[in-house]
Amino acid sequence: MADRHEYEVVIVGGGPAGLAAGLYTARAMRRTLLLERKVLGGQIALTSIVENYPGFPDGVNGFDLGLAMHRQAEKYGLETAYAEVTAVEKVGERFRLRTTDDELWARAVIVAAGADPNRLGVPGEERLTGRGVSYCGTCDAAFFRDQEVAVVGGGDAAMDEALFIARYARSVHVIHRRDALRASKVLQERAFANPKIDFVWNTVVEQIEGVEAVERVHLRNVHTGERWVMPVAAVFIFIGQHPNTEWLGGLVPLDAGGHVPVNLWMETAVPGLFAAGDVRVDSARQVATAVGDGVTAAIRADAYLSAAFPEHRFE
Amino acid sequence: MAKVEPVTDQTFEEAVIKAQRPVLVDFWAPWCGPCRMVAPIVEELAGEYAGRVDFYKLNTDENPAVATRYGIRSIPTLLVFKNGEPVGQIIGFRPKNDLKKRLDEVLA
Repeated sequence: MADRHEYEVVIVGGGPAGLAAGLYTARAMRRTLLLERKVLGGQIALTSIVENYPGFPDGVNGFDLGLAMHRQAEKYGLETAYAEVTAVEKVGERFRLRTTDDELWARAVIVAAGADPNRLGVPGEERLTGRGVSYCGTCDAAFFRDQEVAVVGGGDAAMDEALFIARYARSVHVIHRRDALRASKVLQERAFANPKIDFVWNTVVEQIEGVEAVERVHLRNVHTGERWVMPVAAVFIFIGQHPNTEWLGGLVPLDAGGHVPVNLWMETAVPGLFAAGDVRVDSARQVATAVGDGVTAAIRADAYLSAAFPEHRFE
Repeated sequence: MAKVEPVTDQTFEEAVIKAQRPVLVDFWAPWCGPCRMVAPIVEELAGEYAGRVDFYKLNTDENPAVATRYGIRSIPTLLVFKNGEPVGQIIGFRPKNDLKKRLDEVLA
């Protein structure tokens, strides 16, 4: 009889990669626990609509898609716990995971912890998060109807979100540290054509100020050194993301960006440890590719378990 | 689990400000995914804290006056009121254990 705290597979992260992996390992009759520290669905839970996941010609609500994936995996016995993994180590053939609530043992671990938005790292940013500082336009834009807001960044996400936020805000000032956007042509054109959106080039945010909520940002032109203050009610920040891999400690070597190196089977350098989705190197960072990664990792994990633990399966 | 009743701009004064017990208000909107994950947790808490804390949910799309008055700029936000005054605020989704901890701190 298996201990309550021992699993054949522990999946860290409940986004598309983790949910797809959980469906497959649970359906392969492997006792599987999925750990999620926030909201099921991962990043898609924060998007209004996913338009590029095959099978949904009219798009699908990201949160609904995540819940549907979870329901499907639960049907085959996936267990779910809401906790953050703080440390993991390999002890003999098994992995010991510490979470904010518990200690768990796993024979195989699938790392599907996803990525979090980068912070600017300026004074005021942390204190005013949720009080005008936001990393999610679709979540918070509605609270800034007819107000002046800033968007920081110049990539696809920044333009996509600026266009969404412009539906509500009176004007959207895009603050970008370079003199050109990285965003795709189609999004650039849409943003340039939107009368509510203007651009502040070669400029960085040095400080975010406000008593109870955001009132203004301090800006600096990186070429001229000129500094000035812009009154805004919100600062939406889209300056890339970083994989959530700090908790892996030294278990597996990471690349310079913190991604987990894997082979085409999503195997890491550590036997029994797999990585899928945005945490791995060279991810295309799409829902569909995350799902593919998760399924690949799950199939390989099932084969690994059969080879490494041949005698006894869990009940 | 207990049913969490809606509160509106019109009923807020009577239900929350004049309440005898501490009150937790769950600010949400239909378009907010994380809010839909908070809702069942708030329902569980409502059951566990029954008789000690009143629980309400407020749709920020339909009730902008209360949302504006308390400076709600991100949802889900949970506000805890004591004697008509907000004494605790939790912004963003948190697991149930976290919410209980914060709620117990505020009630202590």
